[in-house]
Amino acid sequence: MSRIASASPSTRHLEPGGPEARTPAVEVTDLRKEFIRRDRRTGRRSHKRRVAVLKDVSFRIERGECVAILGQNGSGKSTLVRLLSTLLLNDGGSARVFDYDVFTEPRPIRRLVNRVSVEASFFKKMSSVENLSYAARFYGMTARETRARIPEILERVGFPLDRRGDSMEDLSRGMQQKVALARALLTSPVLLLLDEPTTGLDPRSKLEVQGFIRELRADHDVTILLCTHDLDEAELLADRVGILDRGELLVLEPPDELRRRYHAATVEEAFFAATGRSFELESDVEGGRP
Amino acid sequence: MRGLSAGMRTELIGLGGIIERNAYLVRRYALWELAFFLWTIANTLTIVFIAEGVEASGGVLDVNRQTTVLLIGAVIWAYLGIIFEILTETVAWERWEGTIEYTFMAPLSRTVHLMGMGVFAVVYGVVRAALLFGAIALWFNLEMPEANFLSALVVLAVASISFIGIGMMTAVLPLISPEKGTQLGFIAQGMLLVVSGIYYSVEVLPQPMQWLAVISPATYALEGIRDAILEGAAITTLWSQLAPLIVIGAISIPLGLIVFRHGERYAKQHGKLKRSG
Repeated sequence: MSRIASASPSTRHLEPGGPEARTPAVEVTDLRKEFIRRDRRTGRRSHKRRVAVLKDVSFRIERGECVAILGQNGSGKSTLVRLLSTLLLNDGGSARVFDYDVFTEPRPIRRLVNRVSVEASFFKKMSSVENLSYAARFYGMTARETRARIPEILERVGFPLDRRGDSMEDLSRGMQQKVALARALLTSPVLLLLDEPTTGLDPRSKLEVQGFIRELRADHDVTILLCTHDLDEAELLADRVGILDRGELLVLEPPDELRRRYHAATVEEAFFAATGRSFELESDVEGGRP
Repeated sequence: MRGLSAGMRTELIGLGGIIERNAYLVRRYALWELAFFLWTIANTLTIVFIAEGVEASGGVLDVNRQTTVLLIGAVIWAYLGIIFEILTETVAWERWEGTIEYTFMAPLSRTVHLMGMGVFAVVYGVVRAALLFGAIALWFNLEMPEANFLSALVVLAVASISFIGIGMMTAVLPLISPEKGTQLGFIAQGMLLVVSGIYYSVEVLPQPMQWLAVISPATYALEGIRDAILEGAAITTLWSQLAPLIVIGAISIPLGLIVFRHGERYAKQHGKLKRSG
């Protein structure tokens, strides 16, 4: 068995074959998140108001499934990923990951989940190996283990090993994103949260990252939640595609059914039909989000 | 029992990871570290020259003794600055780099995380303080025939527990205010030392400040270290300083953790952990 599958933390929720095998990887019910924003439009005095970024979102993801959530900037995709990563607290509803409550039992979840976001986010002066070693220690991996494991995983994501001693700031965006993928996989997650993992990458790097995600799905028992605004990427990688619009999950279905439901030839047309807007016309509203 | 020891092993590896990462950063920023050390030397000199200045302007004082008193104050100031700076970086630096979310979603307990930062801060701070003390003492050719450096180190080590606890409280400030939180840490350092007799006796302070001095660990650290270096006090004679330091340390560490947890909760409620995106 592969390391990613075999190294999964031993929890009662992950044993195959038992009744727990039916436990979904992710179960979100009426999840709500609000942020407080200052509204200065009313004149000199600023007013605070609560803005719902996620509005009673419900869905479930089965083990081994890949679900893509489509949405524009400001639709709530990153907030959803942060909530499931235990980095935000909810304002209503619930979220469970392998039957653990995300908000009251975060520690076991942190062993099971890892994340790749649009920003690679590393200590820029440190090398890829130093950054990965730092991340690995938090998951109990010793220096002896990482000495062998880090070059192995860097090679797997297509990172040139002769650059492993270079500072992160000297690496291209594509290489940094590969190191970000390696960081997520190093800890052998059973749930991988991908928040626009290919945004800003050149076409070749994008294809390489997408290829690696497909390889992961094919070879390992990894559940993936992919948040993206790349329609082709969603269709290419996901079993089901959801449309998140202004904090509301409008639909979550396999791509074929999504097209059928909206009598659309493409997922883009389906998105347009579902939201009443196109991807290109939407203004960037996420900039004002906390 | 086996699960418990495996859990402890994971936490210890995590603690080692924090120290290891800080060591990487010191190495990668070695020239900056050197520049800051030279700045600290310059800053310390501006304080320590005061004794010679007073004598030159006609004042009568034991210059060697007064220079040592000022030097101890300046070294403790620099040491405390390092402790607070490194602990505040728990949030500030990681937030700036964008790594904070990855660190905070890792399965390492926050207590171990903060203690790892504290342990590194103390080790790094002690090495830096020793170098600073040695360099300035050589500059002024200071004579310390009675000095008991072991006692001074023990007092500093015990005081460091309290300093780490207070540092944990200041570490939370960048979570609440990403823009100004770090600077507030420096304010805390100044407030702590001004009531603690940093370059003068606590007795010269107004009464309300003297009351604050009683609960400041820096007061006992400065007293104990000065007694050890100037009078050669043995550890066994320093209980009047060590006992309050132990008590303050026993309170400040749990208090620091509680304050940090509240800050982390606030940050998670209001989305302040992220840098962007």
